Amino acid sequence: MFWELIAANRRKSFLLFVGMAALLVTLGYFIGQATMGEGGGNIGIIIAIALWVIMSAASVFGGPDIVLRMSRAKPVTEDVHPQLFNIVEEMKISAGLPAMPKVYIIDEKAPNAFATGLRPEDSAIAVTAGLLTKLNRDELQGVIAHETSHIMNRDVQFLTLASVMLGSIVLISQVFLRGMWFGGGSSKRWRSSKKSEGGGGGGGALVVVAIVLAILGPIFARLLYFSISRNREYLADACAVRLTRYPAGLASALEKISESPLHLEAANQVNAPMFIVAPVQGPKASGWGATHPPIQERIAILRSMSEGAGFLSYQHAAAKVRGKPSMIMPASAIKKDERVAVREAHPDVVREQSEKAQARDVMDLMRAVNGFAFLLCACGLKIKVPPEFTDPQITCTRCGRTNEIPKAQVTEFAEVAAAVGAIVGSQVKTATSDLPFAQPASGAPAGADAPLEYQRRTRGEWESFSCACGHLLQLSPIFSASEVRCPQCTRITRVT
Amino acid sequence: MAAWIFLGVVVLAVMFFVGAYNSLVGLRNRVKNAWSQIDVQLKRRHDLIPNLVETAKGYMTHERETLSAITEARSRAMGAGTVAEKGAAESQLSQALSRFLVSVENYPDLKANQNFLALQEELTSTENKIAFARQSYTDAVNFYNNKIEMFPSNVVAGMFNFRPEAFFEIEEPTQREAPKVSFTR
Repeated sequence: MFWELIAANRRKSFLLFVGMAALLVTLGYFIGQATMGEGGGNIGIIIAIALWVIMSAASVFGGPDIVLRMSRAKPVTEDVHPQLFNIVEEMKISAGLPAMPKVYIIDEKAPNAFATGLRPEDSAIAVTAGLLTKLNRDELQGVIAHETSHIMNRDVQFLTLASVMLGSIVLISQVFLRGMWFGGGSSKRWRSSKKSEGGGGGGGALVVVAIVLAILGPIFARLLYFSISRNREYLADACAVRLTRYPAGLASALEKISESPLHLEAANQVNAPMFIVAPVQGPKASGWGATHPPIQERIAILRSMSEGAGFLSYQHAAAKVRGKPSMIMPASAIKKDERVAVREAHPDVVREQSEKAQARDVMDLMRAVNGFAFLLCACGLKIKVPPEFTDPQITCTRCGRTNEIPKAQVTEFAEVAAAVGAIVGSQVKTATSDLPFAQPASGAPAGADAPLEYQRRTRGEWESFSCACGHLLQLSPIFSASEVRCPQCTRITRVT
Repeated sequence: MAAWIFLGVVVLAVMFFVGAYNSLVGLRNRVKNAWSQIDVQLKRRHDLIPNLVETAKGYMTHERETLSAITEARSRAMGAGTVAEKGAAESQLSQALSRFLVSVENYPDLKANQNFLALQEELTSTENKIAFARQSYTDAVNFYNNKIEMFPSNVVAGMFNFRPEAFFEIEEPTQREAPKVSFTR
């Protein structure tokens, strides 16, 4: 179903590529002619092409890795965030990608995400830790679908090549213009000596043409690049909706991302165009020089999709919101009779939590990424044990109890993993490793006769405590009953 | 002259036959490939269910029937042979699972169990994967079946015994949003 779209994208990319290449060659020719006189045009072309080849090679061979490293993205395994992996795999199946994209997490509270990789076989999706703690399942699916669409449509490949071409054009123009401006004397002398040899008379006109091209060329190339970059963002939104069949998910994800006041530290000039929402908000973030369309417009389009989740529905919604008929996707990709029904929302716990709790979640997630172990002290403090900590015991900093560091943690984890038969979350790892240590190491546990009682520390958040038998009991945020029965020893604990 | 024309026609015919045959084989393989994608996820769902039921059993003391319905539907689905049979059996399993997920809402202790939550996420994701894999399977089958029926490739299809493939129909579980409460069961 996406084949027509991908084919049309390829054609468009190729046309743009040819157009920019022609501009580059013309620029090289005129600048060469202007600076080196008769016959210099060919040398100019050769220099321009050589520059472009070198820059392309650098970006093709090192590009994706450099971008990931520049964003401080860390590769993660499935057990750190099983849901993220599940969603990526869902989208891989939905988009028919030939291979699973690699998954990276960026240690940042600001929610954002990007995709990279020149070929769908070898791609990566990076999300920030803040994104994972802020979004629910449907929203995360929308974001991942958007990134998967970029991979599927070969947008990264296209934008990389186009930006290299743009960079070459800008570089050549700048060198030439600065040379004319500052080193005017020397180049004039050089050129006049040449001129006296060859006796050519068209030098002045050529210089004027070269200057005009050097000024207008980069502007033109930039306009082209940005307009296509914006178009690809709309297209990725449309594809994401088509893949997930759920426009509201992406819409509310975009709302949450755009509402976040946090600044993304990992963003810079180079990787900014790749993020799902432009990380640098400000006066430059809209208009012709923006890499992304205005976020409010994207949300409005998604919210006003009234005819299902198909391309046609997106096209109509876009025309309505933007007030003009817009060509977001090629006509060949739209089937007039296409009806894609919107699916139902996923019944998910709505994550409404405080800024502080969110920040704590982000930190825990990053600790899981970095191989920390978690154990819960009897006083309720979650002790984070760094991977390089080798002592058999650790003292709780809040209550002073001595907790043993689980030796069996790894084997226990493997057992549970076998039982689940699959990917097991870090949550499970935490829960099982907690079991032996949740009982107070010092201080007598409540006697069997005494009424068991537990006082809640917080409300509206996850909480766990150990039953008198040592079994770990967990209270969910929505827990509202007055007592809990231990599934192991059937004793009842009053919860107040 | 006539001999040359005849030869040309024969060459063209052979080229057409080879091309049509190859494209039919390619399409059939695409269908098979898409089916194996679904099959992997169905198997995965079957693997998840015993653990899910085992975890839930301790908490859901009043839902023996819901749980045994899942187990029964699972064994029936595992025994199903053809694509059509599988579709029927799997949609029953889907319905049993969605009833189960609705009744989970009544057991806060179970919902607080991290092990169960991990299993539930796995199950949700597997259901999604089945749905997405089913879309691409349906597309592949549609394309292939059309090719078999349409002239001129239907001639080649008839000669080499290409048969239309069955669609994989699963009834979407609809009760997930609005649980039906019945006291007579």
